[in-house]
Parts: sequence; structure tokens; C-alpha cells
Amino acid sequence: MDHYYHAKDLAKFGDMGKDAPELWQKFSEWYGAVFKEGALSEREKALIALAVAHAVQCPYCIDAYTTASLEKGSTPEQMTEAVHVAAAIRGGASLVHGVQMRNHVDKLSM
Amino acid sequence: MALPTLLNTRNPLADSVTQRDTLGALSLACGFGDALARVGRAPLHADRISVLQINVGKRCNQSCRHCHVDAGPDRTEVMPPDVVDACLRFLDANDIPTLDITGGAPELHPSFRDIVRRARSLGRHVMDRCNLTITRLPNYADLPEFLAEHRVEVVASLPSFGARQTDAQRGTGVFEDSIAALRRFNELGYGVQGSDLLLNLVTNPVGAFLPGPQQALEADWKRELHRKFGISFNRLYTITNMPISRYLQYLIDSGNLQDYMDKLVAAFNPSAVDGLMCRSTLSVGWDGRLYDCDFNQMIDLRTAVDSPQSILTATAAGLASRRVTVGPHCFGCTAGSGSSCGGALT
Repeated sequence: MDHYYHAKDLAKFGDMGKDAPELWQKFSEWYGAVFKEGALSEREKALIALAVAHAVQCPYCIDAYTTASLEKGSTPEQMTEAVHVAAAIRGGASLVHGVQMRNHVDKLSM
Repeated sequence: MALPTLLNTRNPLADSVTQRDTLGALSLACGFGDALARVGRAPLHADRISVLQINVGKRCNQSCRHCHVDAGPDRTEVMPPDVVDACLRFLDANDIPTLDITGGAPELHPSFRDIVRRARSLGRHVMDRCNLTITRLPNYADLPEFLAEHRVEVVASLPSFGARQTDAQRGTGVFEDSIAALRRFNELGYGVQGSDLLLNLVTNPVGAFLPGPQQALEADWKRELHRKFGISFNRLYTITNMPISRYLQYLIDSGNLQDYMDKLVAAFNPSAVDGLMCRSTLSVGWDGRLYDCDFNQMIDLRTAVDSPQSILTATAAGLASRRVTVGPHCFGCTAGSGSSCGGALT
């Protein structure tokens, strides 16, 4: 195995149930229920998943929820904005930790 | 600027046999007939003819990248007068409530308006599958008024409520012209609340993926088209792109053919079978040949050999419960929510 990520491996996701079928079944049922239309539409949930996929940098999820977002009717413009939201939160999360840095600077400085 | 057609560029896929061979050479999890058999629906039969769909020719002012007809400005096929007469005789002689006129751009047929008048005088509901931009050409600027006068249902193609995706599929500038056309239809009462003039939109995915949920998308589209452009319409029909002709070429060029076909097969939905349009539609080619649907027509899969083959000699009795001719492309109509000329099936 000369690469850690293979696009075809996404189709093997179900293999995770081979040695823990009960846990896999619970996960699958919960996962399926999460993405059903509720207070949020399926399209909105797919867009959230797409943004989160970028935040957690999961290539499988990015492929899966790019397809899902298109198939639920999102446009590339909406999907790009969703990724910017994820990037802004990631960037903001780093930056807001700067307050901790400044607090510590204040504590140590005259 | 319209793209050249497959025929004009001498692309091998302009030949229907090459298209069928290309699909037949794919390794799929099962054939369409096998998929039907597994759910007890093989062989597939029509159960009535409620729509006579006539393809009056392949000429079009556009040449969209997904076109299953390989239509375009350079195509010359036009339904001749004797076939037009035979279609209208068939309509008159049988209890078929709807005439669905398609193409190409059907309005380019020299007898389009005469066909509409004659079908309406027979009391039939008439549908015009309109590409919208035809109404922006000087010689066809009065088309919306004509359609309104004759209470013709307009089924208009618009893949996206955004310009970039629409133009990517249908050609530069198509979105802007389409919006102008829709505004004109709205001015005449089409798609407006309280009016009986029907304006339905058709969206095909702009790429190698399945269409979204029709009902949810319709709500999004109504909100967005009204918010951005003040446009209203009646229904949104989501239609799956068929792996035929120029869309087949696109799938090959983009390296998506096998994955797309696998996706269609995996998404086979038995509950879509009942509503398949081949079960209630008779499709007539420009030359009078008969098919189970417009897609079969484009890959020259004709009605079953024991059924009538031409509108010139056909009787409805010999066609109403005919066996339907199927192929791998039929998975496009049973995938997910199902797909037909009237949108999703489930």
C-alpha cells in the first residue's frame, strides 16, 4: 500500500461492520436518520456535511458530500460559500486562541 | 455560439449502433431486463396510450452538451407533411388526451402552428417542449402569444436558476435569454397564480450526477427565481440525463461513464416501474417510425417486432399493450425517484 487514501475505498466503508456488526448497525441507523429531512432540509444537511468534511479534512467525505450536495440541488456557488464558512471558522478558531496567548503575555510581562 | 453536433463532426457516436454497442460493452451489475425480472416486472408492457409524443425534427437553434437527440442548427431532419397528417389522424381516431410536441426545437418545424391548431381543434391537450431561447429570435417573437391563444402547456428547459450552470450546459448567453423569455410568458399569464396557462420547467443535472428531490427543489427554485428575477412557474420537473448521444460523449470524455452507469444500476427503484413513460406514451420519429420513448428513438430501438412500426399504418389497438423494448439506458428512468418527461415518478 503506497498511499493512505484511495477513492475506491469509500465503497468499502461497510467493511467496518465486519468485526463489530452491532456497533456498525447502530451507527448506520443513526447516520441515516441524521440526514433525513427534518427541521433542516436534506439539501441543507448535505451542505453542512460538506463544510464539516473540509474542516475535518476527510477526502472521502468531500467526494461524497460534493456529489450529495449537487444531487440535492445545491449550486457550485452555494457549495463554495459553505466551504468558506468552514475555512472561516477554522481560521477564526486559530485566531481567537490568540487571546489566550495575549492573556499569558500579560501575565508574564511587566 | 452553438456547439457542432456529433453528426456534423463525424463522431462515431452519431451512429445509434455505436451508442448501443458502447453501452452494451460496459460491465454492469445486471441488465435492465434482469432488474425487472427480479421484481416480477419482466417483460415490461405498455398499459395505455395517454400521450402521443411526436418528435417533429432535429433542428434546433441550440446544441446543448447533454442533448440526447444530437439536435442543432446543422440538422436537417424535419417531419414531412404525410407523417404530420398521419399523427393527427391517429390522434383523431383514438382516445389519446395529450399531444406532446418535441424536437429539436419543435417550433422550427414549418407546420408547428398548424399542428397545434389542428390538435386543439380535436380537443386535445397540447404540450410544447420549448427551449425558451427560440422565442428570442426575431421570427419567433410572437410565439408566446400564439401558445397562449391556443392554451398550449409550455414545458421549458432550464437546468439551473444560476447563469453559470445553465450556460455551461446550454451555451453562452442562454440563461439571460431564458430569463427574458420566462418574463414574457409570465406577462401573458403563464405560470401565474389563478391562470390556467401552464408553465412547467425541466431541469437536468449539469454533470454526471442524479437529479435532486423534485418537490424540495421546486420550492427552492420558486423562491430563487422569484427573488432574483420576479419569475413564477407551475411545476419543476427533474429529469435524469440519459447516457445517450452527446451526454454519452460527455460521460466518456470526462471519464464518468462506468461510474454513472453503476450509479444508475445501484439506484434502481422498483416503485418507479409503474409510472415509466414508455407504459403510457407512444413516441413518433420525424420519419414516422414508432418507439416506446424519445430515448429509444434516438438509439433506434424500435417498438417490438410484433407491434406496428410506423404511424402511417399503425392502429392503437396494436400498440396499447405492446411489449416495451428495453436497454441499459432504461436504468436512467428507474434510478432514485425515477424520471420521465413529466419529471420524477415516485
